[in-house]
Amino acid sequence: MARSNKPIVWGLFAAGGTLSAFIFPAVVFVIGFGVTLGFYSPDVFSYERMQALAANPLGKLCLFAPTFLIIWHAAHRLRITAHDFGIRADGLVAALCYGSAAVGTVAMIYALFIA
Amino acid sequence: MSRDTVQLEILRYDPEKDSEPYFSTYEVPFNDDWVVLDAINYVKENLDRTLTYRWSCHMAVCGSCGMVINGEPVLSCHTFMRDYGDKIRIEPLQNFPVERDLVVVIDDFVEKLGSVKPYIVPKVEKTVDEGEYIQSPAQLAVFKQYTACINCLLCYSACPQVGLNPGFVGPAALALAHRYNLDSRDVGRAAREDVVASNPGIWECSFVGACSEVCPKSVDPAAAIQQTKIASTVDYFTDFLTPWRKQ
Amino acid sequence: MSRRPYIRPVQRSTWWLAQPRYIRYMAREVTSAFLCAYSLLIIVGLVRLAQGPLAYDAFLAAVYSTSGQVFSLLTLIFAIYHTYTWFQVTPKAMPIRKGGKLIAGSIIVGAHWFVFLIASVIILYLVGM
Ligand code: SF4
Repeated sequence: MARSNKPIVWGLFAAGGTLSAFIFPAVVFVIGFGVTLGFYSPDVFSYERMQALAANPLGKLCLFAPTFLIIWHAAHRLRITAHDFGIRADGLVAALCYGSAAVGTVAMIYALFIA
Repeated sequence: MSRDTVQLEILRYDPEKDSEPYFSTYEVPFNDDWVVLDAINYVKENLDRTLTYRWSCHMAVCGSCGMVINGEPVLSCHTFMRDYGDKIRIEPLQNFPVERDLVVVIDDFVEKLGSVKPYIVPKVEKTVDEGEYIQSPAQLAVFKQYTACINCLLCYSACPQVGLNPGFVGPAALALAHRYNLDSRDVGRAAREDVVASNPGIWECSFVGACSEVCPKSVDPAAAIQQTKIASTVDYFTDFLTPWRKQ
Repeated sequence: MSRRPYIRPVQRSTWWLAQPRYIRYMAREVTSAFLCAYSLLIIVGLVRLAQGPLAYDAFLAAVYSTSGQVFSLLTLIFAIYHTYTWFQVTPKAMPIRKGGKLIAGSIIVGAHWFVFLIASVIILYLVGM
């Protein structure tokens, strides 16, 4: 039997799963409720401030790297979950899941590094 | 509790007569000290001599009396009648073909078990005269829990991925592969990876964890498989980044 | 004696309803749908940011709208469940031995929660800075 190439996607799954376990609740709280619950003043997420963050190399990395890992984590797990729900077109599901993650990755590269 | 009798609903299947399995109900005396296997033996001895099932040691060592009792895979010698209600439903292990009544066909498992080379592959073959392969207690401790497997197959019955993906090598075999991979006297890991790190090997596992929950010997096959996934992933990337090291 | 083993059918899409442990497993797995959707939301936010202030403000308004808040709340719940399940299994995936002895799983899990707390505080602080 041939050794699997799954370590590529599983490696991303594991890395993204670990990172998101540590940071994602805080990230979702900050984005979703930071301002609406009055925890921050609205200008924390103002266009100017976010624009400055996205222009900074370190800021770019902080926005890109975690989102990249988490979306690839989720893509891999969704593929397996589809199988668990009885969907047997694994090739198609894999193409859709990893494809969406790839599109998201490209969109981020465009937004952060090109536009 | 004053119960006189308990009803056993046992799955029956006679390949020579039945087109599919059905349940038969037997009334057996309630006995506080009985394990479910005792009740099944009572049926065999007093009510229906045709009932077919496997058992041997009656002490959770031989691994042959695994059954699904009230939906849960257990050793029938290891579960007391008193822990159930007035009705106990007994089925053969899930995810295996039913040979007859509670007996399942395990040929497929035996083949998978053999495929992972569940024995020590030594660096240099020694004759008996040359003495034993030395190992320290600390080296033994690293893999000892994985040696406790009795091949009862409760883990295969509990694992949904075994049922959904018939090619999956499965928990016990992968745990045993891990056991030999961790053994300081063994150098067979690379050879085992051909099966272990293939798609039907560890990569069919989605870490449901049911195998470890039902294992009567605390082998924790789920842990073994996750550790193997990490090690195989590290291998994969090391091979990729340092191609000159490949043989 | 003729052999004719009977193969019982597998419930391909409903098997997980059979046992509570399978339902818990599926709950863990569907956390990924929320993680996926929220990462997409962040990516959309970054694209909107690149498109200029008008687009970005419309994005923020969507996040702060009622449906946006419900979505964030659901994601927060599933994200915490993801964290819980992920930490819970780390002692299995990465057992640590010290002096030949296995370190108790509860210590490894506890250490993960401790780091989680520190990381969360740092994130909350840095964003507000
Ligand atoms: S790993 Fe546990 S449940 Fe599986 S066959 Fe071995 S003893 Fe039985």
